Amino acid sequence: ISGAVQGAGGDMQWCLSQAKGSLDDDVTEADIISTLEFNHTGELLATGDKGGRIVIFQQEIENKRQPQYRSEYNVYSTFQSHEPEFDYLKSLEIEEKINKIRWIPQKNAAHFLLSTNDKTIKLWKISERDKRPEGYNLKEEDGRYRDPSTVTSLRVPVFRPMDLMVEASPRKVFANAHTYHINSVSVNSDNETYLSADDLRINLWHLEITDRSFNIVDIKPANMEELTEVITAAEFHPHQCNTFVYSSSKGTIRMCDMRASALCDKHSKMFEEPEDPSNRSFFSEIISSISDVKFSHSGRYMMTRDYLSVKIWDLNMESKPVETYQVHEYLRSKLCSLYENDCIFDKFECCWNGNDSMVMTGSYNNFFRMFDRDHRWDVTLEASRENSKPFQVIKPRKVCAGGKRKKDEISVDSLDFNKKILHTAWHPQDSIIVVATTNNLYIFQDKMN
Amino acid sequence: MFERCSKSWRAQRSEPGGGADGDDSLYPIAVLIDELRNEDVQLRLNSIKKLSTIALALGVERTRTELLPFLTDTIYDEDEVLLALAEQLGNFTMLVGGPEYVHCLLPPLESLATVEETVVRDKAVESLRKISQEHSPVDLEVHFEPLVKRLASGDWFTSRTSACGLFSVCYPRVSSTVKAEIRQHFRTLCSDDTPMVRRAAASKLGEFAKVLELDYVKSDIISLFTALASDEQDSVRLLAVEACVSIATLLPQEDLETLVMPTLRQAAEDKSWRVRYMVADKFSELQKAVGPEITKNDLVPAFQNLLKDCEAEVRAAAANKVKEFCENLPEDSREQIIMTHILPCVKELVSDTNQHVKSALASVIMGLSTILGKDNTVEHLLPLFLAQLKDECPEVRLNIISNLDCVNEVIGIRQLSQSLLPAIVELAEDAKWRVRLAIIEYMPLLAGQLGVEFFDEKLNTLCMAWLIDHVYAIREAATCNLMKLVEKFGAEWAQNTIVPKVLGMANDPNYLHRMTTLFCINALSEACGQEITTKQMLPVVLKMSNDQVANVRFNVAKSLQKIGPVLDSNALQTEVKPVLEKLATDTDMDVKYFAQEAISVLALA
Repeated sequence: ISGAVQGAGGDMQWCLSQAKGSLDDDVTEADIISTLEFNHTGELLATGDKGGRIVIFQQEIENKRQPQYRSEYNVYSTFQSHEPEFDYLKSLEIEEKINKIRWIPQKNAAHFLLSTNDKTIKLWKISERDKRPEGYNLKEEDGRYRDPSTVTSLRVPVFRPMDLMVEASPRKVFANAHTYHINSVSVNSDNETYLSADDLRINLWHLEITDRSFNIVDIKPANMEELTEVITAAEFHPHQCNTFVYSSSKGTIRMCDMRASALCDKHSKMFEEPEDPSNRSFFSEIISSISDVKFSHSGRYMMTRDYLSVKIWDLNMESKPVETYQVHEYLRSKLCSLYENDCIFDKFECCWNGNDSMVMTGSYNNFFRMFDRDHRWDVTLEASRENSKPFQVIKPRKVCAGGKRKKDEISVDSLDFNKKILHTAWHPQDSIIVVATTNNLYIFQDKMN
Repeated sequence: MFERCSKSWRAQRSEPGGGADGDDSLYPIAVLIDELRNEDVQLRLNSIKKLSTIALALGVERTRTELLPFLTDTIYDEDEVLLALAEQLGNFTMLVGGPEYVHCLLPPLESLATVEETVVRDKAVESLRKISQEHSPVDLEVHFEPLVKRLASGDWFTSRTSACGLFSVCYPRVSSTVKAEIRQHFRTLCSDDTPMVRRAAASKLGEFAKVLELDYVKSDIISLFTALASDEQDSVRLLAVEACVSIATLLPQEDLETLVMPTLRQAAEDKSWRVRYMVADKFSELQKAVGPEITKNDLVPAFQNLLKDCEAEVRAAAANKVKEFCENLPEDSREQIIMTHILPCVKELVSDTNQHVKSALASVIMGLSTILGKDNTVEHLLPLFLAQLKDECPEVRLNIISNLDCVNEVIGIRQLSQSLLPAIVELAEDAKWRVRLAIIEYMPLLAGQLGVEFFDEKLNTLCMAWLIDHVYAIREAATCNLMKLVEKFGAEWAQNTIVPKVLGMANDPNYLHRMTTLFCINALSEACGQEITTKQMLPVVLKMSNDQVANVRFNVAKSLQKIGPVLDSNALQTEVKPVLEKLATDTDMDVKYFAQEAISVLALA
């Protein structure tokens, strides 16, 4: 193994730089991290949790005295994005859990992001303030009132410097457009529209208009008993404003061209890999369901994650993926028990690195996987405080897939399926990655040479 | 408050430099200034809206040196406050000391022009455009133009988008060197990295072209226009269509073919339906801008294609323009073009699969009859009208019916009446009450065109049936409709046809119908006049004061109040007064209340 790591892809050696979150094993439901997203420069990292909170971390300016300490991420702003609600008409609770966060390309000194729970999308502004006004006419700065008769001249307040304050304020609320649960939001490259997808429909919004959205995809059958497929994720192409894709529970990805017509019920391309008959089983359809789809930064490829693998598709080839990476093939024999404990329905996400040469996704036992596309090299790493010393290269882990278990290997049966890494994020330029275990955030950097 | 402060302002004017000392007029201003930073956004907004009051009290010098610097830093505030501020500053020239000092307003407006909220930015730009006119040519180059440059080369796209709206106001008033710089800046923004800035540039391209010298329009604007019209972003390309209208108007006819038409042709066949939609939507403007010859050769086929577009949104937009397009065709060939090129497409649209397309067409198609004249209308258009009158979608039928007046002028409505009637009856009985409501609203118009005879024979029953509709909104509209009919056909007609039926409902077992009688009387009494009201309506109303349902009784009180002014004083005193007095002692609270109200309004106490 170490040979492989030292080889072609071996210049990537990862060190744990920060671990955030409670050390307590007792996990509060509200603290479970439900989404991660770097902004376009990588300077900010937003996390959302089941409690409806958003925490934004900011990369500190590099520390010159200790060059081995590359810039750390520290809390920049924390705010409550969504509150639990109750739909009285349908007698349904609406969870506050943040399903997705998407940053808006920066337009002025402030930062903006979209956050969504199952039903409502919100646009937040995160801005800094370092001045405050001083000087009243009728009262002192501490609030005591002056005798009005002593006011003999007018004072105009003056702005004075103060400690930096970061404010998050809700700017727009996009509500009442989704009957089902929102799974994705994605901002268009025109920077004025975005899409939101739920189980059966995709809507198109203008970022400045909250009372109107256009339905562009609707796969709801007239008779709900005929329902065989749901939308699992959707994303806009990074450069072509007219193109978006959505993935389905049947393992297909449809690409639509918004130029062709206002309603995109007819796709322009459908990406689907024919099923391997030798692998067919009761679980085939469940494990082929796509849990995440992401375009590469270049816009040439897209990546999909299903239960056992990551696939890279060339947008010009619909018949099969150009690359397929096994994430945890050893689970194929365990599908029955994974079905019983519902793990088989876990929605793993995936991400690209800055130059599209590597991809990353999560697994169980707090393991996560990285695949180097150029060098066909892959590695399994573990997010753990115990097994990693600060700024020491962390050792790859290996799962024993059968046969005799070697030293340093972990057997499939001893994997902890309650420890799963569903969300990962890669810094858009640098070798910095973030993975979320249940309620902890681990930030790794490659070892500086 | 304002009077007080203008007093203190006058005081200040008489002794320059000195603030008003210790007088009570300071207090309200002090409050206003303090509330500029109140926690409550409403109070801040209120203070900002009275900014001129504050500035007057401070005097021009302190406004410049203290108030404006404070306002420049206030950009953290809520949008509505910033919007109000941006607007105020556009009218602030006198308050900072007149045109000589108008440049002092630039810093706060500059910072407002960079905020993220579009409405605020737009308002700041509007105010900047306004005060640019108050700058002397020298100040414009020393203060205003550098600001435009700063915005144009700002880091954030918000400032660059704002810059796009400012070029056209300074260009005409600066030296030729600065002009060249401005053209360069505009060119840079047209190829900006962000689509937002390119959109802003595209949307201002037309107005910028208007202030440029014709040579530069040809050399600069055309290349920018061509580039924006083939931008990779759909949203940029579609804005170029709008610019096309202004640019085409500026150029001499002989240059249009080479400079504008290739781009326009390309836009009309763009891959994106949104761009084609924009072409369809702007078609009349484009048609006027390029003139009759190009219209004949180029726009007619383009319009045909848009009417046959594969996207329904585009067809609907084009269908909406059918009448205007035909109207504006050159007179010598108008009829021939319509008959051979446009009408065949229109015929197909009548049976389009999309109801929005059909309904858009139905709202304008009747207008073609005035253009084509009687014979063509009877032969070619009438079958289309009749087909649309039978359309499955109520909106289509409604749109036809609501435009009957155009046909009436050309061929008279009789031609249509045979088909009209079933369509009206069907709409009148539509299951959706909003459809029924819409047709009721056209009844007075129809009645006017069809004449009293036809109306009595065919439509009167419908109008009466609506009075007992189970939806209140319909009954209410039906009541109002009766009033309009009486205004049209006169009191005598009312007495013979409507009043007996309305009064008959006073004995209906359903109290809602009995109330409808009262509502009708309220609406009709004035149009019917004193005699009918006193002799026929009043006895019925008075009789209903004994109704066992309280709702009916208090509506009797309301009706009496309403028809009272129409009655003579004798009837009021001898008939109305005793009944109202009785109702005023009713056991029901509401009946009492309305009876007492009627007594006092009619002055019967």
